[in-house]
Amino acid sequence: MNFPANLRYTKDHEWIVLNGDIATIGITDFAQSELGDIVYVDIANHQTLPAEAVFGTVEAVKTVSDLFLPVAGTIIEVNAALEKQPELVNTDPYGEGWMIKLKVDNPADVEKLMDAAAYEALVG
Amino acid sequence: MKNTPFTQFHIALGAKMAEFAGYNMPISYSGINDEHQTVRTNAGIFDVSHMGEFIIKGPQALPLIQQVTTNDASKLTKGKAQYSCLTNEQGGIVDDLIVYCLEENKAYMLVVNAANIEKDWNWIANFNKDFGAEMHNISDKTCLLAIQGPNATKILQPLAGADILNLPYYSFIKTTFAGIDNVLISATGYTGAGGIEIYFEDSNDAATTIWNAILQTGTPQGLKPIGLGARDTLRLEMGYCLYGNDIDDTTSPLEAGLGWITKFTKEFTAKSILHEQKQNGIQKKLVGFEMIDRGIPRHNYLIKNEAGETIGHVTSGTQSPSLNKGIGMGYVQIQHATLGNNIFIEIRNSLVKAQIVKMPFLS
Repeated sequence: MNFPANLRYTKDHEWIVLNGDIATIGITDFAQSELGDIVYVDIANHQTLPAEAVFGTVEAVKTVSDLFLPVAGTIIEVNAALEKQPELVNTDPYGEGWMIKLKVDNPADVEKLMDAAAYEALVG
Repeated sequence: MKNTPFTQFHIALGAKMAEFAGYNMPISYSGINDEHQTVRTNAGIFDVSHMGEFIIKGPQALPLIQQVTTNDASKLTKGKAQYSCLTNEQGGIVDDLIVYCLEENKAYMLVVNAANIEKDWNWIANFNKDFGAEMHNISDKTCLLAIQGPNATKILQPLAGADILNLPYYSFIKTTFAGIDNVLISATGYTGAGGIEIYFEDSNDAATTIWNAILQTGTPQGLKPIGLGARDTLRLEMGYCLYGNDIDDTTSPLEAGLGWITKFTKEFTAKSILHEQKQNGIQKKLVGFEMIDRGIPRHNYLIKNEAGETIGHVTSGTQSPSLNKGIGMGYVQIQHATLGNNIFIEIRNSLVKAQIVKMPFLS
């Protein structure tokens, strides 16, 4: 199981990485492995939401799971590649399988989330 | 939670395990889509030993079976099986099952759903007070493996003591398999992909011998173990009912599209109620539908019409691995249950367009 050190993590199994005030967000390797084959990612663009709000759903063959926003902000982009290839979330959860770009309200919020070691301890 | 004789093998192979009908069962191994494609294109092995088996014997066996089931078991000859239903007094379905004729007029095996073993046994035993047939519940000692897929029989033929390549659908033989005597090999299944199901008693480590023989012979030819996740997507693509989802104590065989196994030429429990349904028409009907717009139907989602009025509910749904689109089954009011009709599935407060289609989804 892979937990890159440059990312921050939530207890709901999302990862987040910040570049200025724009964050990229997806689900972790652990989450995709637990879900199994992902067949649909349903996220609406341009939502402004508080931290821990449901921003979309990810569907595996047998299950539907909510996606929870790691920090408050506004979604400015949804990964269009997932429309045709939702399996990218399985094959490359931290790369091509990213889910959204978020303009974060307060970049300092990201630092308060778990680092890789803390997340690994949670799921290990 | 109970184990099957194969549970240890599933765990050793790294399967995702979960409780199903009181048993610790494999849900998936390599991934549902991969397992699904393996069965559609080659061969896969399923442990379905959680299913229940009853032996009904003696001169009263056939009269008892005729009373409790909807299909006509008097048509069965030795070595033939039929799909059937147990009906309750209201015409609902107690269970769906397969009836095997072991000896004409003398001995039969009923194969029932794992979750219903106790309910079915009590139901049949209650009728048997008037019949006096000999009944044995052999569920706990009986292993059931399904080996399904277009190459399944070809891969297994070298292990079998008789011809299994030309076994007609819903026929069976008793022969040796992997050196084990008295294995019942049946050309049945729940996938629509072809193949067999094998029943045997777990004595003298027969379960280990047979499991290892199948994997040793099959693995080099691409056979893989398959979990209950792919079993569900495979059966749904064929439009096969799952008890507890698509059929239950409140749905009648006619509503469920099982009129073809409901024979009014014989007596059975609730025959008059079902006959009246046939004469006067049913109020709701199980239909298959494909999503036109993007979305995946799921159990208990509402089915609506264009005006947003509820006309039914989804009983089973998934993303079809073969068709790569959402498919489902559900009950809709009869006036809406027309092939080609557009319906709308309520998914997270949105109405997503679907169309009623003929089943099986996969031709």
